[in-house]
Amino acid sequence: MLETAVAVSNLTKCFGPVLAVDHINFEVESEEVFGFLGPNGAGKTTTIRMLTGVIKPDEGSARVMGYDVLRETLKVKQIIGVVPEVANAYIDLTAWQNLMLIGELYGVSKRKRTEKAGNLLKELGLYERRNQLVRGFSRGMKQRLIFCMALVNEPQMLFLDEPTSGLDVESARHIRELIREYNDNGKTIFLSTHNMDEANRLCDRIAIINYGKIVAVDSPERLRMKSSGLQSVEVGFDKPVDIDELSYITGVREVKKMGDKIRLYTNNPDKIIDSLVDYARSKNLQFISLNTLNPSLEDVFVELTREH
Amino acid sequence: MDIYTFWEQFKRSLAIVKKNVRIYYSKGPVIIFGLLMPLFLFLAFSIGRSMSLENLLPGLLGMTVFFSATSVGPAIVPWEARSKTLERLVSAAVSVWTIFLGDAVSSFLFGFLVSIVPVIVGMLIGVNIVHPLVLGFGLILATFCFAFFGILLSAYPPSDIPASTMMISSMVKFPLVFISGVFIPIQELPEWGRIIASFSPLTYFTDLMRYSIQGTSYYSVLLDVTALTMFTVLFLVAAIKLHEKSLPKRLA
Repeated sequence: MLETAVAVSNLTKCFGPVLAVDHINFEVESEEVFGFLGPNGAGKTTTIRMLTGVIKPDEGSARVMGYDVLRETLKVKQIIGVVPEVANAYIDLTAWQNLMLIGELYGVSKRKRTEKAGNLLKELGLYERRNQLVRGFSRGMKQRLIFCMALVNEPQMLFLDEPTSGLDVESARHIRELIREYNDNGKTIFLSTHNMDEANRLCDRIAIINYGKIVAVDSPERLRMKSSGLQSVEVGFDKPVDIDELSYITGVREVKKMGDKIRLYTNNPDKIIDSLVDYARSKNLQFISLNTLNPSLEDVFVELTREH
Repeated sequence: MDIYTFWEQFKRSLAIVKKNVRIYYSKGPVIIFGLLMPLFLFLAFSIGRSMSLENLLPGLLGMTVFFSATSVGPAIVPWEARSKTLERLVSAAVSVWTIFLGDAVSSFLFGFLVSIVPVIVGMLIGVNIVHPLVLGFGLILATFCFAFFGILLSAYPPSDIPASTMMISSMVKFPLVFISGVFIPIQELPEWGRIIASFSPLTYFTDLMRYSIQGTSYYSVLLDVTALTMFTVLFLVAAIKLHEKSLPKRLA
C-alpha cells in the first residue's frame, strides 16, 4: 500500500496570460479525505483536471497512486473515479446504458459491470428507474447517477469536484454518506468543495488555494488553532448597547453585531470577559449570554483568502 | 503504446460507437445534412435531364457518401460539449484518439449504410456495375476518408453550438461538391477546373465510381485509391492533433 496517494510538485497551468495554477505543491496521504477549498476561479477545477489527466500541466509534475499523470495518463485514469464539476450523464440514454457505457470505457467485463451497476443503482436508490432515459431525472438523481458512473470501475481513489453543489439537502446528505462509507472502506478521496461545513465534517486534511497558489494545508482543527487571532467572545445583554463603546475595550480587534448578540474578536478572550463584566456593571446591564468561540473553518478560509 | 493497450483502446472506441449510434443518428442536423441534403441536391440536378442511370449514379454516390459520412462527426463534439458530457468522456480511461476513432467509426457506419441504398436501388432498376469490387472497396475507403474529414471539420472553432459547427462545415462541403466532378465528369471541366478538382478528395471518389459503373475514368484506379488513402491519413492525423489542441478550450 502506497503511503502517498497524490504527490504534486510545482504544478502550473496557464490559460493565455492567466496563471490559473501557480507552482503548487502538496501531498495527499492514502486513505484520507483531502479537501480542496478555494473561492471561485482559484484554480480548484484546473488542478483536478490536471490530476485526472483531462488537461496537461504546463510545468511541474504530479503522481497519482504512484503513476505520473503526464506520462502514464491512461494508467492514472484507469484506477481513479471522477465526478467532474461540469458533467452530466447522457440524457438520451437510460441510467443503465450510461453505466454500461462507462463500464466499457474502463474495460470492465460485462459480467462485472452488470453486477456492479445493479448494486450501485440499488445503493443510490435508482434501480427502479434504471431503464428510464436520464432526460427525465431530477438534478439530484442525475448527480447520484454520475456518482455511480464514477464508481463502476471500482476505483482506488475518487476525485470529486463539488459533488454536492446545487443539490437538495437530502441528495447532498446521501452523497456525503457515500463519501464517508467509501473512505471507511480504505479509499482515498480528493474533494473539492465550497461548503465549509462539508469540508469540516468529511476531511482529514484541507488545502486552501487562492489565485492559483496553495495558502494552507493542514487538518481542519489545526487550521482553526493557527488562527488564534480569530478567537472571539459573543455576548448578549438585556438592553441595547452602543457597539462603538465596546470597540474601545483594550484587546478588541473587531466588533460585529450578530443578530441580538455582539461578537468581539480578540487574541485574549479572558481579558475581554473581565472588561465586559466591568462594562456591564458600569452601565447596569445584565448578561443574557456570554460565550467564547474558536474560529470556524469559514473564518479561517475568509482570513487566508483575504490575506493573499 | 503496446499492442495490448492499443487493442484495449480500440475496444473502448467501439463502446463510443455504440453510444453515438444510439444518440446522434436520429438528431435533426444529422438527418438534414446526411440524408435530405444529398437527396435534394440529386433531385435538383437530375430532374428534367435526359441522362442514363449509369451517368447519374456516380454523382449520386459521390454526394451521398460525402454528405452522409460528414454529417455525424461535426454534430458529436459540440453536442457533447453543450450537454456537458464531454468532460465525463475525457475523464474516462480512454485516449483522445480513442474518442475520435469512435466518432469516426460511427460517422463511417452512418455514411456506409446510407450509401449502399442507392447502390442497391441502382442494381435493382438495372444499372450494370462493371467493377463491383472496385466499387465496394472505393465506397469503404471514401466513407472512412469523409468520416475523418467530418471529425476534422468539428475541431475548429471549438464551439459548443452544434448549429455553428454544422454551418461552418457546410460552407466547406458545398464548394467541394461543385468542384469535384460530381455533376460534370472531370474530363469535361476546363483546365483550371481540373486543377482545382485535383485538390478535393471527392474528385477521386467520383472518378473511381465512374470507373466502377461506366468502366472509364479520368485518373487511373491506382491514383484514385492512392489519393483517397493519402487524404484519409491526412484527415485522421489532422483531426486528432487539432482536437487535442482545442479540447481544453471546449472544456473551459
